[in-house]
Amino acid sequence: MNTLILTSIEQGLIFAVLAIGVMITFKILDFADMSVEGTFPLGAFVFARFITQGVDPVTSTLAAFLFGSLAGLTTYILNIKLKIKALLSGILTMTILYSVNLRLNGKSNVALFEYSSIFDGVQVVVVLIIIAVAVKILMDIFLKTEIGYLLIATGDNETLVKSLGENSNKYKLIGLMLSNGLVALSGAMMAQYQGFAEITMGTGIIVVAIASVIVGDTILKNANLKNTTRAITGALAYKFIGAVAIDLGIDPTDLRAINAIIVIAFLSYNTFGPEMSKIKKRNRLEGAQC
Amino acid sequence: MLEIKNLSKSFNAGTCNEIKIFSDFNLVIKEECTGILGTNGCGKSTLFNIISGVVMPEKGDIILNGKCINKFKENDRAKYIGRVFQNPSMGVSPSLTILENISLADKKCQRFTFKNLIRKNKVGEYKELLKALDLGLENKLNTKVKFLSGGQRQSLSLLMAAMNKPELLLLDEHTAALDPKTSRLIMEKTQELIKTRSITTMMISHNVKDAIKYSDRIVMIDGGKVILDVKSKDITEKELTGIYNSRNYGSPIAEAV
Repeated sequence: MNTLILTSIEQGLIFAVLAIGVMITFKILDFADMSVEGTFPLGAFVFARFITQGVDPVTSTLAAFLFGSLAGLTTYILNIKLKIKALLSGILTMTILYSVNLRLNGKSNVALFEYSSIFDGVQVVVVLIIIAVAVKILMDIFLKTEIGYLLIATGDNETLVKSLGENSNKYKLIGLMLSNGLVALSGAMMAQYQGFAEITMGTGIIVVAIASVIVGDTILKNANLKNTTRAITGALAYKFIGAVAIDLGIDPTDLRAINAIIVIAFLSYNTFGPEMSKIKKRNRLEGAQC
Repeated sequence: MLEIKNLSKSFNAGTCNEIKIFSDFNLVIKEECTGILGTNGCGKSTLFNIISGVVMPEKGDIILNGKCINKFKENDRAKYIGRVFQNPSMGVSPSLTILENISLADKKCQRFTFKNLIRKNKVGEYKELLKALDLGLENKLNTKVKFLSGGQRQSLSLLMAAMNKPELLLLDEHTAALDPKTSRLIMEKTQELIKTRSITTMMISHNVKDAIKYSDRIVMIDGGKVILDVKSKDITEKELTGIYNSRNYGSPIAEAV
């Protein structure tokens, strides 16, 4: 059971970085960015490419962030410059990235066990906590700056941003690049954690990311916390729920469906939960009157 | 002073649904507050969209205090033009607090940087501005704007739009969505703001009474032309209503070509 908890925490922390990235587009910019499904393995493959060429693990991980943000730039160009709808822009980037990912190392599966990683010589969980907390703190600081607030305002009301004399597209670009950079960073972390980069590791990752954001928002509904804290908590909780499901004997083949069902359950709770409790309360009151 | 010269604009040009909104339209605005009246679809909002750069005309010049702003993009025009919309949420960022919204408006058309947005030394100044609105907003600085009422939100929009003293203020039926009492309050605050800061203002309104009471000049547009242009003191509510009602609602939008 202890291994189960530790594994959930470790994977949860990797997904926390992913969730913070997706939070920027999904929650702040209100942009359904599907390119994440391609950016997550991109981070892994970029890391694999660099590390196999003899570059040190820290630089290789940072390179993953950089290339990830370029994927964000691609989605931006498709959406803003070529006026393709947001959802389709993301899907197109994701499709392009599938080929890019295969091309990067010339194969669909790269083993990384023999190469050094950011976890060498230190406790894995400690490194992961440091990265997740650093990303959270940097993000919190950024969102308090003038540019950070304009990013929030762009997702909220573009007309206002324009009326402040600013080009709202600039903030979409910042958001998309930052988001995809973080997703790729998370992908690079995952590759090092599991010891390989694999082409299908991005499949369904958008569900994991959005699930983390939603779970975080649901369980911390009434707490006055920052979005980043919610995303991290959500990722940890979500991973833990998944781990418990496996521990209870659910076939790993069914895990994706379970993941989606968890999201559906939380979303439905958000929509119908308050009504249900109202009905319950009313029934109780009526019962009392009788 | 705003000059609109030889303005032409049609929608769906070149198709069987072509609608001509303006053809060779001219208007000069010098007064502090000009009420723009007209039936639905006569082109009032399109005129505002053209002035603020949301819609580009086929032909014509927009000259603001001697500067031709034709080529300026919407966000570049914001430096000179403030706009308040009918929908109170259009002028604010609902998920941010009052303080954050005002701080953003205070930076309008300056360089936005990686510095902290909230400057504590400015809070007192913002409180004074909010206090002048008489809605108790000065005590709700950290309340998210989405939790405010429509009237509170609209007065905040107005304050934010006028904050950097724009050369032109466009009010697009800005009290139409409010209850009569709040509407009156916002109109009074609007007038106070315009007069104390002497901002050239154009105000779209369907409320004949308000238009006469709060503006210095009345311009009525119909079929893409100015059909009435008088000083507010020279016309009565009854006369203006008469002219209004003599128009067919909906139809005067330029005939389909």
